[in-house]
Amino acid sequence: MKEPKQMSVSAIQNGTVIDHVPARNLFKVIQILGLDRIDNQITFGTNLESKKLGRKAIIKISEKFFADDDINRIALVAPDAKLNIIKDYEVVEKKVVEVPDYIVGIARCMNPKCITNFEMVTTQFKVVSKKNVLLRCHYCEKITNQENMQII
Amino acid sequence: MKNRSLVSIDDFSTEEILKVLDLAEGFEKQPIRKLLEGKVIATLFFEPSTRTRLSFESAINRLGGKIVGFSDSSSSSVSKGETLHDTIKMVSSYSDLIVMRHPIEGSARFASEIASVPVINAGDGANQHPTQTMLDLYSIRKTQGTLNNLNIFMVGDLKYGRTVHSLIMAMSRWNATFNFISPEELRMPDEFKLYLDNLGLKYYEHSDFTDIISKADIIYMTRVQKERFSDPIEYEKVKNVYVLRSSMLKNTKPNMRILHPLPRVNEIHTDVDANPKAYYFEQALNGVFTRQAILCTLLGIN
Repeated sequence: MKEPKQMSVSAIQNGTVIDHVPARNLFKVIQILGLDRIDNQITFGTNLESKKLGRKAIIKISEKFFADDDINRIALVAPDAKLNIIKDYEVVEKKVVEVPDYIVGIARCMNPKCITNFEMVTTQFKVVSKKNVLLRCHYCEKITNQENMQII
Repeated sequence: MKNRSLVSIDDFSTEEILKVLDLAEGFEKQPIRKLLEGKVIATLFFEPSTRTRLSFESAINRLGGKIVGFSDSSSSSVSKGETLHDTIKMVSSYSDLIVMRHPIEGSARFASEIASVPVINAGDGANQHPTQTMLDLYSIRKTQGTLNNLNIFMVGDLKYGRTVHSLIMAMSRWNATFNFISPEELRMPDEFKLYLDNLGLKYYEHSDFTDIISKADIIYMTRVQKERFSDPIEYEKVKNVYVLRSSMLKNTKPNMRILHPLPRVNEIHTDVDANPKAYYFEQALNGVFTRQAILCTLLGIN
């Protein structure tokens, strides 16, 4: 009997696995973490079944470890993401992402009349709700909600 | 504090607001004082606002300051494509303080971060207009003798009305009760109701402009603007419903006063003007005293 074929991407030796990414936001996570601009081996799966998220995505990055501040940047688009830090095929640490209290850059203000959409101004937001993320613009003071959130 | 700006009323603590109001009282008693002698104040009006500009310029002149600036952006380098960033950088080096009106929201906060001198926001789009709020507070305190525990009625366009939104935020510091009277299309947005809910403050919404105003300490009227309605017929139906007439004031409290940020169109009938409860023209005059107080506060002059 033949061995069932299996893809060679299932495990990584050293690196980070980002699990429980909402499938629709996979590419946003890739963009925010700049994974499209690095040379590491990366594999991802998307539209995987998840009891919690419906459809989830998973990203495995070889030889890459993130600082908390960097990884928390994805909290806007993947608030339930879980990180497994892998060393020598073993999970040595698990982390969850946390929505920061204040966000600089990353998101665009949804108010078309906001100064940040007219001049070269780095966006800044106070996070007024973390569960269903709501951002209050530091400049125009309008709220940007998750549905209208655009990642820069 | 050095280079303190006033962009949003929330930039000032309650103590600071009360201090400005006290200072304004002094200017009401003695408006001509040469406290800004030798100072140059820039008044940058990227969109025209005659009322606000004249009020500021009157305040500056009464304090003996000099004014540079423009009253609409067509006569400035903005028409040549200069960024706000560069305009503010340049004007900072020409003046001791910048008063700015701009149609883009958040522009004043941005300017205050670039400028090396204090910035007063004289209106940034639909966002903030803190000197209007300050003069409203001054008018309320002056007519009621207190800011505490008042019943504030707001009438008209409560959805887009920047002045009513800022006034809610400000008056919530003094345990106010609010009554909102507006057409269905122009109701108070949820975010402000949520804000009051969180503070445990009471508010009531009404669509009829009736005898309930007998409970009011302050009636704050606003203009219902035609351009807010997608359906012109709706506007025609609504515009004559929220008109305040002298006959409606019969059962109102003796201390009640009517405020309006002006300009009014027809929402306050002219027959109200002669009623002693009409206060909107005095309110406009109070704007000069409060702006004098704000200018001096930000420049550290007492």
